[in-house]
Amino acid sequence: MSDSKGFSIDWTLFTGLLILSVISLFILYSAGDQNLDLLIRQSIRIVLAFVVMFLVARITPDQLLRWTPYLYGIGLILLIIVLGAGVIGKGAQRWIDLGFVRFQPAEMMKLAVPMMVAWVMVKKPLPASLATAMLGFIVVAIPAVLVIKQPDLGTAILIAGSGLVVIFFAGMSWRVIAMLVAVVAAAAPLAWYLIHDYQRQRILTLFDPWSDPLGAGYHTIQSAIAVGSGGLYGKGWLNGSQSQLDFIPERSTDFIFAVFSEEFGFMGSLILLLVYLFVVSRSLYIAIEAKDSYSRLLCGSLAVTFAIYVFVNIGMVTGILPIVGVPLPMISYGGTSMVSLMAGFGILMSAYSNRWFMH
Amino acid sequence: MSGFEIKDVFRETRVFTARSIVIGILMLILTIILLARLFYLQVVEYDRYSTLSKNNRISVVPRPPVRGLIFDRNGIPLARNIPSYTLEVVPDQVEDMDKLLDELGKLVKLTEYELKIFHRDVKRHARFDTIILRSRLTDTEAARFAVNRYRFKGVELRARLERNYPKKKSGAHVVGYVGRISSRDLEKIDKEIYRGINFLGKTGIESYYEDLLRGEIGFDQIETNAHGRVVRTISSTPSVPGKNVYLTIDSELQLVAEQALGDYRGAVVAIKPATGEILAFASTPSYDPNAFVYGISTADYALLRDSLDTPLLNRALRGRYPPGSTIKPFMGMLGLKSGLSQTKIISCPGSYTLTKGGHRFRDWKRGGHGHVGLHDAIVQSCDVYFYDLAHHLGIDYMHDNLALFGFGAKTGIDLNGESRGLLPSRQWKRAARDQTWYPGETVIAGIGQGYVLTTPLQLASATSALANNGIRMKPHLLLAEEGPLLAGKEQNEQVILDGEIWRDEDLAIVKQAMVDVTDSPRGTARRIGAGSPYKIAAKTGTAQVIGIKQNERYKEAEVALRNRDHALFVAFAPAENPEITVAVIVENGGHGGSTAGPVARKVMDYYLLGEMPQQDKDPS
Repeated sequence: MSDSKGFSIDWTLFTGLLILSVISLFILYSAGDQNLDLLIRQSIRIVLAFVVMFLVARITPDQLLRWTPYLYGIGLILLIIVLGAGVIGKGAQRWIDLGFVRFQPAEMMKLAVPMMVAWVMVKKPLPASLATAMLGFIVVAIPAVLVIKQPDLGTAILIAGSGLVVIFFAGMSWRVIAMLVAVVAAAAPLAWYLIHDYQRQRILTLFDPWSDPLGAGYHTIQSAIAVGSGGLYGKGWLNGSQSQLDFIPERSTDFIFAVFSEEFGFMGSLILLLVYLFVVSRSLYIAIEAKDSYSRLLCGSLAVTFAIYVFVNIGMVTGILPIVGVPLPMISYGGTSMVSLMAGFGILMSAYSNRWFMH
Repeated sequence: MSGFEIKDVFRETRVFTARSIVIGILMLILTIILLARLFYLQVVEYDRYSTLSKNNRISVVPRPPVRGLIFDRNGIPLARNIPSYTLEVVPDQVEDMDKLLDELGKLVKLTEYELKIFHRDVKRHARFDTIILRSRLTDTEAARFAVNRYRFKGVELRARLERNYPKKKSGAHVVGYVGRISSRDLEKIDKEIYRGINFLGKTGIESYYEDLLRGEIGFDQIETNAHGRVVRTISSTPSVPGKNVYLTIDSELQLVAEQALGDYRGAVVAIKPATGEILAFASTPSYDPNAFVYGISTADYALLRDSLDTPLLNRALRGRYPPGSTIKPFMGMLGLKSGLSQTKIISCPGSYTLTKGGHRFRDWKRGGHGHVGLHDAIVQSCDVYFYDLAHHLGIDYMHDNLALFGFGAKTGIDLNGESRGLLPSRQWKRAARDQTWYPGETVIAGIGQGYVLTTPLQLASATSALANNGIRMKPHLLLAEEGPLLAGKEQNEQVILDGEIWRDEDLAIVKQAMVDVTDSPRGTARRIGAGSPYKIAAKTGTAQVIGIKQNERYKEAEVALRNRDHALFVAFAPAENPEITVAVIVENGGHGGSTAGPVARKVMDYYLLGEMPQQDKDPS
């Protein structure tokens, strides 16, 4: 076993992330009406995100384990503050404005929740007992409920997912898992009545977008047309008529995959998916190689969460999942989500630096 | 205890690895689901979505506004819109571009230049943008295409409004021109405002009042059928036409000024002194702005740009010339303001020295002027008087007070790119040249030589201040604007730049001297005043040309010609109640009284008497 606290970068993973960043700039140039300002801003964010990754990579897993409860606690407090401000401001409130920078506490929780669940799990030997798992569920449920109240169902589900994945990796027995799945299935009709009207509408639209082609079905139809008309090889960069002629809303952010797919076709999409698969596999590999259970659980969860983002976003754009506000990781235009993602990859890099060589 | 720990670690690893395998399989399944979905959309259902995409039913069509017209002060159009047929192509709808252009070329004439520009535009724009292939089709060509239209998918014949400048070369520097929006323009303009607009003002009034003239774009939301034909309009936001603009220019006076300059390079600025309205703003040689509207060919542009006569340069606005003796009336005002000139009488021996045996500053008149006071010094244009005055005033006093006439600063006229000229001072020389100021430089500045540079506009504006009892009005070209939302014409406001600086009695002395320049037997412009029914206050000027060296561009004979002095002339009339101020510069025209003066006289005659100048009229 090596106790080396040396700092090194996993160049394999780094290369994968770099490829995604380059793709992001290319497709943003097309999606953003060839606006150079947009491109420059995104470039700055990418550089910033990579810097964050390198900084986080220097934190050892032991330090991270020690800070976990504090991070989680601070995250919860910020969520409550934001919720309070939102109630006063009569609207969805997700941001904290520090004057020089605005950020969403929910983004912070995407990391803090899996960290805290992993922290809880490794207190007892694995596989996790039912009692430990229950404790984990509570850790997950509190922030999830707060984020739902914002209201941001999409993010809440993703935060909850990242925590639940840790419990799954911790070896919770299959019998309990089966029971849970049964409970969720039974509760689904109940949830139908609890969710907002517009959320219900989105789910209905998924099954029959043409029932309201200019209203609720518009996003789904237009992005399906964009993707479908791309064909095998695509219409070529900057030549997507759906994208360039403004048919696709939010085409720089949540629907950027529609632009990509229209312009680069099935082959392009296949390559992009393979790059994502490569990044996820490498992340899982790093998780398996990690030196302690805390790192393993956390890294495994980060890898899976990343994969879920990709699946949910592309699923939404191609019309197999309802529309939720989830950006395409590393590609969509936007700041906070990229920074929190790269902080996550920083944790993976750190785990790789401190990996267990006797394997 | 330690053995138990190790066993525990292995067990934990095993648990994690097992779960990772499950997750890995799950990831693969999800990837396959996405790929299957993409395959279904992009390969299996490709035809359906491709058709949907091509016929995407609802689209937004921009409705470009009609650009505002430009008139002169009497309502004579200077810029108008005339209908013109254009052939426009949407490359995305064309199957074989080469074949199409070939076939099209048989019906309408397509020059190589037009084809080159078209291919360049096709590359620059998205495939579904409409690109102009040919403009200004004749009626025959339009008819011939219309009959054969069915053969050309993706080509549209459209009637557009084309910008046209009926006065051609006359006033081109003032009116300016519109041109196609270039990639460089795109970086500066708000793309939202210009969606669907292909042209913008590039120079002159067209550029300065772009925001007034442009209007606002409208949009139609239309539904189309599978052939791209409009089925119905869902909603419509009408465009707002641009405002019409009336200029202070009198286009006939402008033409008189330009013809008076003839083949000379030069400039004429005529101002209404009481208001600052610019009546004529001529710069010769000029160019035809109509050539720029649809893009001038590189070769033609090079001819204009590289010509030694610089026809593209607006000399009235940007030409920087030494004022020469035309600075003397203003120097006289400084002399009176400082109290030096009220009683000063000098003896002019024909030259001036600062120290005994030092450099001799020559007077233009070899034998000298004898004993002269301020009045005679202006009338006879005595250099020695002003050498001495300048020496006593000092360069910094001159700088600060000549600035009150607007020298050395932009007048603020409503045109882009105005030059500020140059009014030197000690501080300027230290900052710009890192040198100290020499007393000799003050002396020559006193007769408008050395570092002093003015634009014809500055000279006209400063002279107008003398004419208008010392009140300097801001020179301007916009008389009024007129638009659908305005009730009638809206007059442009007049702005006072400087006032209550100069004493009336001082102004009267200088004015009288200027009248005697044309109206006394010893006046330097007595020939200009001869036979005039109205009194003219004027000052002649001759400016030494800053040496042009012989090189490849300038041949010997040319150098001799282009080293001749510039002729200058400033005047206002009628002297008692001035209605017009004129500043004239004739490059390499020799003495101011003989070439620039007659130009000014013709302009004033036309404006005050309504007389078209006779070509062979000799003032002597």
